[in-house]
Amino acid sequence: MTLEMEITARPAAAKRTDLAVIDTDIHNFDLYDSPVFDQIITRYLTPTWREHHRMIGMRGAYGGGYPRAQPNAARADSWPPSGRPPGTDLDFMRKQLLDAWDMDYGILNPLAGAGGQLNLEYGARLARAINDYQIAEWLEQEPRLRASIVVAYENADLAAAEIHRLGDHDGFVQVLLAARTQEPLGRRKYWKMYEAALAYDLPIGIHFGGLGGAAITAAGWPSYYIEDHCGMPQTFQAQIASLICEGVFEHFPALRIVIIEGGFAWMPSLAWRLDQSWKRLRAEVPYLKHAPSEYMQKHFWLTTQPMEEPRQHRHLEQVIEQMNGAQRLMFATDYPHWDFDAPDRALPATLPLEIRRKIMAENARQFYRLA
Amino acid sequence: MTRVVIAKVWEIPPGERKIVVPFRGRAGIGVFNVAGRLYALRNICPHKRGPLCTGERTGRIAADAPPSNRDAELTVDGDGEVLRCPWHQWPFEIATGRCLVDPNLRVKTYPVRIDGNDIVVEYKEEESS
Repeated sequence: MTLEMEITARPAAAKRTDLAVIDTDIHNFDLYDSPVFDQIITRYLTPTWREHHRMIGMRGAYGGGYPRAQPNAARADSWPPSGRPPGTDLDFMRKQLLDAWDMDYGILNPLAGAGGQLNLEYGARLARAINDYQIAEWLEQEPRLRASIVVAYENADLAAAEIHRLGDHDGFVQVLLAARTQEPLGRRKYWKMYEAALAYDLPIGIHFGGLGGAAITAAGWPSYYIEDHCGMPQTFQAQIASLICEGVFEHFPALRIVIIEGGFAWMPSLAWRLDQSWKRLRAEVPYLKHAPSEYMQKHFWLTTQPMEEPRQHRHLEQVIEQMNGAQRLMFATDYPHWDFDAPDRALPATLPLEIRRKIMAENARQFYRLA
Repeated sequence: MTRVVIAKVWEIPPGERKIVVPFRGRAGIGVFNVAGRLYALRNICPHKRGPLCTGERTGRIAADAPPSNRDAELTVDGDGEVLRCPWHQWPFEIATGRCLVDPNLRVKTYPVRIDGNDIVVEYKEEESS
């Protein structure tokens, strides 16, 4: 009842026309089994690798599939009339997302599975194919879109080569990794990739998902999809702790990381816990010149979706304050996925207008150097 | 009283629906036939404003005990009586508008009546939109 009241008597400030919108998480490719995804990949692979793709195809660690009743994990209304899978039809995306919400910009994060391939060279070729698909079918067609460079991140040499190939292209604004890697991302095997990204002032985006081989929880594999779906923050927390404790930001002081689709309400407690332990254990990591929370404030951004939805809006506002979210959060829809956050409903209308303005667009405008 | 003719009675047989846009705003209204009875719901999900009436119809899925209890079974009651929002899959009871996962939430419903061959929804303008 109360929520219905909110709809019929919406506060004037909540109107979507009041605020610019930049969407920092749009999916224009997904791993789901569909002939269209296959066509896209084969169109951009070299003949030799096309043959490998046809003969062998993708091979990775197990786990992480979408529920069957939720094909492509897509919003049920996001299947385009063209028959293409959700997210892959630019005209329909314009209509349902970019135009519908009058977006200034959208950031494309194709979920290509390239980084999780056991065959590293094939993974790198897949990444390259997806990036070329993004240039030809997205960046050259729609000026509001920017894209992420997909890389085979388990081999930093291959990843760095792809970053160097595309780093000067204006359409690419970040390097995209998946959260579940083979090793925590602070470890040295990944550093060459960070060095390459920095050469072009590109941030590193770490997105929900990935198949590194380890269980999604440190307690092993859970039975249910709901546990998997809600379990990803553990992975993100481990990645943040690793990147800080390994001294990555002492080595690369300009490196910027964005946590994509991990939620954010867990961020304040992680900061408190790391700081507390650092006071006792700083001799173990003496190269850290600052408290872990200070690295978090300087080097990490987070996208909003999936917004935590506490029963009381004020609790969300408290968390945003605790994590300095007015500076660190960037709005995202996760279109076309079913946990989509709509721009006019994501943030509580009770949040001050200036903070909403920053989260909805201005933080991302600055972060991705958009006009 | 504003009177809106939604459809002819034969246009919405049992199990079917018709969505009329606009209806008190651009979101529209959905009229559903559940086993011969007609119900009208506003086409806005009270959770996050998704186009609720375009969602899939399902039933109430329940289990009286976790699966560790050997005799426990999943049951599905009232197939077709529940509507799931196409965005986040929140379930709503078509007959009442009640949300099955949040008892405090309800989608706006309208009385439906048959007038000759017409399916009609009426509402008072002062129930401002």
